[in-house]
Amino acid sequence: MRAALQSKKLSARELTGEFYARIDRRNAELNTYLTLSRERAYAQADRVDAGIARGETLPPLAGVPIAIKDVISTRGIRTTCASKILETYVPPYDATAVERLEKAGAVFLGKTNCDEFAMGGSNENSAYGPVRNPVAPDRVPGGSSGGSAAAVAAGLAVAALGTDTGGSIRQPGSFCGIPGFMPTYGRVSRYGLIAFASSLDKIGPFAGNVADAAAVMSVIAGHDENDSTSAPVPVPDYAAETRKPVQGLRIGVPEDYFGAGLDAEVKEKVEAGIALLERLGCRRIPLRMPHTDYAVATYYILATAEASSNLARYDGVRYGLRAPGATLTEMYRQTRERGFGPEVKRRIMLGTYALSAGYYDAYYLRAQSVRALIARDFADAFQKVDAIITPTAPTAAFRLGEKTSDPLQMYLADIYTVTGSLAGVPGISVPCGKTKAGLPVGMQVFGPHFNEGCVLQIAHAFEQAGGSTI
Amino acid sequence: MKISREDVLRVAELAHLGLSPEEIETYRDQLDSILSYIDKLKELDITNVEPMAQVIFAPANPATGASHPELREDVVRPCDVWGPILSAAPDAAKPFFRVPKVIDR
Repeated sequence: MRAALQSKKLSARELTGEFYARIDRRNAELNTYLTLSRERAYAQADRVDAGIARGETLPPLAGVPIAIKDVISTRGIRTTCASKILETYVPPYDATAVERLEKAGAVFLGKTNCDEFAMGGSNENSAYGPVRNPVAPDRVPGGSSGGSAAAVAAGLAVAALGTDTGGSIRQPGSFCGIPGFMPTYGRVSRYGLIAFASSLDKIGPFAGNVADAAAVMSVIAGHDENDSTSAPVPVPDYAAETRKPVQGLRIGVPEDYFGAGLDAEVKEKVEAGIALLERLGCRRIPLRMPHTDYAVATYYILATAEASSNLARYDGVRYGLRAPGATLTEMYRQTRERGFGPEVKRRIMLGTYALSAGYYDAYYLRAQSVRALIARDFADAFQKVDAIITPTAPTAAFRLGEKTSDPLQMYLADIYTVTGSLAGVPGISVPCGKTKAGLPVGMQVFGPHFNEGCVLQIAHAFEQAGGSTI
Repeated sequence: MKISREDVLRVAELAHLGLSPEEIETYRDQLDSILSYIDKLKELDITNVEPMAQVIFAPANPATGASHPELREDVVRPCDVWGPILSAAPDAAKPFFRVPKVIDR
């Protein structure tokens, strides 16, 4: 794409127009985009074209059409969190990740659909209707970053920003058959990310291939003084790291991720994926991660507790929806009753309960201790191995409506992704063949804190060796 | 039942959520099944485990010597954004947000 732009065979404006034409053809069916930002996109494209005309060196993502999950603030572009409570909200500033993408020459096509406030694993919790999986339109794209994953998979964006709190980048990447990358906690600034669970939320990229995801990471990673949780750790050259050979790397395979509940076809594909990595020269090392089975329970206490606190800000006073009420308390109650959807209310209730007097020690504090045990499982494993390989999700994409009636079943589908979220480590889902029905399977790679390079390197080598058609 | 109708009402009150009678019953059933599942955390012995209150301690930055999380100096910086902030509010009267009456006596 860069070569085509540089040689003036294609202008950034033409490229942008081509992507909007595709969106116009497919979006009514797939429902990936909630808001299109044509004005800003063409202005960004024109700046790239002007730079080319002047013979300037192009910035790293010059003219690259990108989609942004609708929980990430964009100045002047409506940002709804897929919620009625923010239906008309227009942020007055850009998130740091967005600002960095713009400086790198990216073109923002629009804001993508997701589960409301990023709470869900199927994109069925959006107040604006579900996204359909481009691979199989009667199936979910995964969630919560379902719109971002589906947009990239359907060719309606070259790359997209998603957010991952308990699997919300990796699982939709797996369901839609594209790489979805979650960086280390603290690697990418969350300034301007509308908070769900602050000790878990991360921003990361989707792209059509691992090298493109690494290119986006190089732009958005790094310390930001506006986010006190962003780490002052030097950012390596991810493109160079991605190309390193994997020969001799020790890959840990925890048996705890291959037990009951894992679909037989998914298991077979991921086993075949591990065998492929072995053929590439990786050394397979069996592992035990004994607290894996406690991760979902831990996650749903901590994430909902944090959500109940973070979402207290939607009270009809400073922004968003306000429902009428005779008194201030009545106004709060009516606004939140009308503005939030069922899953968001369920999580606020669960989190409030876990934090309330008499239950705090039994739920919240206990969950924080179990989180430490899960983090220790990872720390112990990384004493012995360079990376950990698991399935991303226990099944391929399920049908729309299949799990909506039972929230607990939906939560249990997060079993393999929430572990890494709780430990704060980086991870990717990389395509690993398809089921007999043609549904993509994802293989997950975890690496140690701040070692995104190792994760990208393995995923890239796997992809280059034909992992997606295994 | 781990959770009663009164528990649901108390939590809804704390969270400023208005709930319809049907929602109260639905949430009671659903929260009950979720909390029953979460009870599996009680199987673990956590006596000598420090609760994890901080996700990551990054190594000190060799350039600045600062460790993570790093707190910057508390310096007042201009933040002249009241215009767009107030314009996003449902009801504002510069320089205030307006709300229904708080005290009813």
